[in-house]
Amino acid sequence: MVSTRDTRHLHPEIWDALQEVLDPEIPTLSIVDLGIVTGVSTPAEDAVEVKLTPTFSGCPALKIMEQLVEDRLKQAGWRNVKVYTSFDVAWNSNMISEAGLTALHKHGLAPPPRHDGYIELDVLSDVPCPLCGSRNTTMKTPFGPTLCRSMHYCNHCSNAFESFKPVS
Amino acid sequence: MEYTEKHVLALKELLYKMADDQLILGHRNSEWTGLGPILEEDIAFSSMAQDKIGQAQALYEILHELGEGEPDTVAFMRNAEQFHCCHLVEIPIGEYDFSLLRHFLFDRAEQIRFDMLAQSSFEPLAQVARKFRGEIKYHVMHADVWVKQLGKGGAESHGRMQDTLNSCFPMALGIFEPGPYEAELIEAGIFPGELALRNKWIEAIRPVIESAGLRLPDQFDDTSAYGGRYGSHTEYLQPLLDEMTEVFRIDPAAEW
Repeated sequence: MVSTRDTRHLHPEIWDALQEVLDPEIPTLSIVDLGIVTGVSTPAEDAVEVKLTPTFSGCPALKIMEQLVEDRLKQAGWRNVKVYTSFDVAWNSNMISEAGLTALHKHGLAPPPRHDGYIELDVLSDVPCPLCGSRNTTMKTPFGPTLCRSMHYCNHCSNAFESFKPVS
Repeated sequence: MEYTEKHVLALKELLYKMADDQLILGHRNSEWTGLGPILEEDIAFSSMAQDKIGQAQALYEILHELGEGEPDTVAFMRNAEQFHCCHLVEIPIGEYDFSLLRHFLFDRAEQIRFDMLAQSSFEPLAQVARKFRGEIKYHVMHADVWVKQLGKGGAESHGRMQDTLNSCFPMALGIFEPGPYEAELIEAGIFPGELALRNKWIEAIRPVIESAGLRLPDQFDDTSAYGGRYGSHTEYLQPLLDEMTEVFRIDPAAEW
């Protein structure tokens, strides 16, 4: 199986269908923009295989996303659909596309800052408020309502907000 | 190099102890859900529980690919003596200072273990280790912040942290109980061994402990908490397993 970046032009219709599969916990965000689709191949004429990589190993949404991919591709006419999870490409938050960052913002989440692999408390805390844009914010805890979110407070507009965590 | 039968046994032993540690500590962490001293801590321990159980599942999955049972069966159908976890992870959550120091001592060791395994000659394990590294980073950051804050807190806070560190530290040394196949793991480039891990761990925790104003106990060769890797456990493991598997055992074939 070839990596994501090499196969998009080979199977544009499959990628278009996958683009419509949304993260069940962030319904503005496509799984393609989230960066978790790491392989697409067509081993036989009516067969398609899709490989996903987890954002977090304990992410409970992954099984649901596998099912959503299978349903969407069957709907697109593929009779033989195999969706599986592999760790061979480890997901990191830099794999979220520009469109994905915009989608996170649209859902009210501060997008993760781009990082160079080095994540410390100062990187985590430097998050602009998604409501008013102020950088005068404080991280309350790196753990949130889902594994991929941290919790913050905006000292400028006095709102609590969540951020999608940077992961290396 | 081509693995021999003994190398595969060594690999399975390593995977079992890691997965069992994650599963049992994950279960213990989840016991803070709804009971944390503040809401953020309730959520932190619940999130770390979820990470650990996810990591356990990925490791049981690798074992399954090596010919062992299905992950659910392996996790829920064994008795205490078939588990390879260390004593530290079995102990009830106790007071918050115990859970915090256990979390600090264990996760600091796991972080180094994952770093080492990211270079493992066994690629499926190296792949998950690279993934787990990004996750454990948050656990370690969390533990360090609280150990420093409470260590440098008032007299009661400082005193409780030091007393608990003194009692927790020998238990934590049980993490590094050498397994039956250390030489094979090292020879095959799968893992550099528990002793190498323990030495790096002491180097890593010492500056954090000291910056928290605490003193690291110096009995590094205490073996009082050994036995877990060979199936000899504390009295707390079997009751935990009975509770954890109660629903599963009603109908092991149920679809969830």
